[in-house]
Amino acid sequence: MIQTLFGSVPPEPNLLDRLKAGIQKTRTGFVERLEDVIGGKKEIDADLLEELEYTLITADIGVKTATEILESIRQRVDRKLVADAHEIKSLIRQHLLEVLEASERPVPRVLEPPAVVLVVGVNGSGKTTSIGKLASRFKQEGHSVLLCAADTFRAAAIEQLEIWGSRTSTDVIRQQAGSDPSAVLYDALQAAKSRKVDYVIVDTAGRLHTKVNLMAELEKMRRTAVKIIPAAPHEVLLVLDATTGQNGLEQARKFTESSGVTGIILTKLDGTAKGGIVISIARELNLPIRYIGVGEKVEDLLPFDPEQFVASLFE
Amino acid sequence: MFDNLSEKLQRVFKNLRGEGKLTAENMEAALREIRVALLEADVHFRVVKQFIEAVKLQAMGEEVLSALSPTQHVVKIVRDEMIKMLGSHQAKLRFANEPPSAIMIVGLQGSGKTTSTGKLARWLSKNGHQPIMVSVDVYRPAARQQLAVVARDIKLPIYAGTADETKPSELAKSARREAVQTGRDVLLVDTAGRLHIDDQLMTELQELKEQLNPSEILFVADAMTGQDAVKSADEFHKRLGITGVILTKMDGDARGGAALSIRQITGQPLKFVGVGEKFDALEPFHPDRVAQRILGMGDMLSLIEKVEGSIDQKKAEEMQRKLIDNEFTLEDFRDQIKQIRKLGPLESLLGMMPNIGPIKDLKNVKVDENEITRIVAIIDSMTPRERENHMLVNGARRRRIAKGSGTSVQDVNNLLKQYAQARKMMKSLSGMGGMLGKRMGKLKLPGGLGGMFGGM
Ligand SMILES: Nc1nc2c(ncn2[C@@H]2O[C@H](COP(=O)(O)OP(=O)(O)OP(=O)(O)O)[C@@H](O)[C@H]2O)c(=O)[nH]1
Ligand SMILES: Nc1nc2c(ncn2[C@@H]2O[C@H](COP(=O)(O)OP(=O)(O)O)[C@@H](O)[C@H]2O)c(=O)[nH]1
Ligand SMILES: [Mg+2]
Ligand SMILES: [Mg+2]
Repeated sequence: MIQTLFGSVPPEPNLLDRLKAGIQKTRTGFVERLEDVIGGKKEIDADLLEELEYTLITADIGVKTATEILESIRQRVDRKLVADAHEIKSLIRQHLLEVLEASERPVPRVLEPPAVVLVVGVNGSGKTTSIGKLASRFKQEGHSVLLCAADTFRAAAIEQLEIWGSRTSTDVIRQQAGSDPSAVLYDALQAAKSRKVDYVIVDTAGRLHTKVNLMAELEKMRRTAVKIIPAAPHEVLLVLDATTGQNGLEQARKFTESSGVTGIILTKLDGTAKGGIVISIARELNLPIRYIGVGEKVEDLLPFDPEQFVASLFE
Repeated sequence: MFDNLSEKLQRVFKNLRGEGKLTAENMEAALREIRVALLEADVHFRVVKQFIEAVKLQAMGEEVLSALSPTQHVVKIVRDEMIKMLGSHQAKLRFANEPPSAIMIVGLQGSGKTTSTGKLARWLSKNGHQPIMVSVDVYRPAARQQLAVVARDIKLPIYAGTADETKPSELAKSARREAVQTGRDVLLVDTAGRLHIDDQLMTELQELKEQLNPSEILFVADAMTGQDAVKSADEFHKRLGITGVILTKMDGDARGGAALSIRQITGQPLKFVGVGEKFDALEPFHPDRVAQRILGMGDMLSLIEKVEGSIDQKKAEEMQRKLIDNEFTLEDFRDQIKQIRKLGPLESLLGMMPNIGPIKDLKNVKVDENEITRIVAIIDSMTPRERENHMLVNGARRRRIAKGSGTSVQDVNNLLKQYAQARKMMKSLSGMGGMLGKRMGKLKLPGGLGGMFGGM
């Protein structure tokens, strides 16, 4: 079952296949490489461990996490708990799964709509596109949706969201370019209440987490939301590009501090990047991944499930 | 956020006493730290390996420059090697013999192509060119409109296209015609973001290249990119033969190790760095700055440069010998203080230190330059024999020296106390490396030089 703000819904029938297809390149890079490494080998030697390190680090898992995984393998080898190289694959699989599962959190239940979903992230990570995809998904789940064009900064950002609005037949609340994002949010939440829609998805301008004034703008948006809907925002989704390296952890940390991130959308997994930084993020910040992006089309957003994700990587 | 590499190296070399040479043994731990730092900066695994080999080769058997501590010496080797790898010269843009020159802007989704197109147009127009832009991104919603808004903001022309021009090749063709007709000498072509594995879209770019015969194909890469940078850059390069790289979003805190990977894998130079969302936030690439950033070392490197430029090598060596032989006199003390002053105002010197450990607190300390002048004056008023042997300076002599230097006996007493302390401390620090190492060590130890730096 897939958890949503309005309860759980059955997953689409072909989800595992779509997942596999979507992250095919990621898979090719990571697991097949792992298999190559382990290949015909039976013995666990220094070469093998170095190759494993290569595989983990080039997946952007980070030196620290990679070292820990390797260390636990080494210990088990020393204690003769793993005898041959093939067990290593399931060991790594197990480890990744544990980390991802440990950061899972129940999705809050919204009893009184509208549910407000604030979408944040650094520049160009895929926020607006993911919002278009989310709108379509929520609608398919039988809910009404309103989009809020609170990226008033980037050139033609509002128009971009409006095109997604028309693609998914969703209304967009907007103001002039350059206006105060909190003012647009205010309008959108008022509209959502009076129109009794289920979801409001808020697009925000991309911003680097180091820009104090821009991060303060997000805090202001949160305050605005609370004034109109006390429990809002119900979800704050951080959109993270799978090609992001070690900086992703700092992004997650800073956005969580200033805007209370509750989950992650990991985009661009249709490329060759592995998105391994989410493992560090899951470990250090306990942030669950909610969705993954596997393309530029409206249907290319899949709910994230650790078991299935790891399974599709390894099977 | 990140542990500073030089701080880590300092820890590594702490136990390296009296060894003036870098050896396989004493470098091993240092190389490990360098490796981790580079991986944390997102330099690709293989590139790190090559880099470490190069550094090892450079470092083995080298004498530590006596003006530098082993840490600083290694940092210098690492810095020099990285600058070499990044490409020592800041590249220029190439133009066609016959205008208009076409410049293609390519890269992954969201890397910053459209923004960089605008920045580059502005930069070109500030540098005597007449650019015109065109967006051939017919895929992303409102992408062409985005560039149109950018063009309006920076007040430079764009070829907007007609309703029936829906193919990149058509748009590019008309844009070139427009450029010729309106006498523009550079045509900037903003392309749609694409994955390097998207065969169809990569082919589209190859066809555009064929058609435009560009003088530059610039690959736009996000500074936050991780290990996958080598794959995308490599594929773009294989397909298109990119001629340069623009590294964007360097205004954040990403270390930008991808720059080194991309440079290494493609061999193509970094040409510009994006440092903000506004259109003037584009800087020519400076290898030293980027190297420093990747290594995460504040301005430690500029400090080293400064020291290299101002410390008298011979004198430093002599001083080191004296310390070891316990011959550090008041005259040496004065020379040292003078050298510290030669490095520039002490505040700026301290300001250059990375924000680490005890140094952090020092940044707020007001260093009393008058105090230094006073110390120098007092020592100048002593006889050579007194400077050789401070034990000679009795009560009567102190009064004379105070009078001669326009200070008080109290000042002279203080100075002698400071000297004794400094001598003791330096003795215990000696063997840790070159003079500067000691100086810096001294600056870091609160109260080390007595009250010389007021407030320490
Ligand atoms: N291949 C692929 N491309 C994606 C995915 N998600 C988004 N993109 C593309 O990435 C680019 C940037 O996406 P946007 O949605 O504009 O990103 P944004 O975070 O809203 O960007 P700013 O508002 O400019 O900060 C666009 O070209 C999208 O088509 C994905 O899952 N896969
Ligand atoms: N902070 C910062 N943002 C940038 C920089 N370059 C581009 N951006 C932002 O990154 C996002 C994507 O840029 P865009 O030019 O649309 O990328 P494209 O999809 O490659 O054309 C936008 O939000 C830009 O404002 C930069 O150097 N610094
Ligand atoms: Mg957007
Ligand atoms: Mg663009």
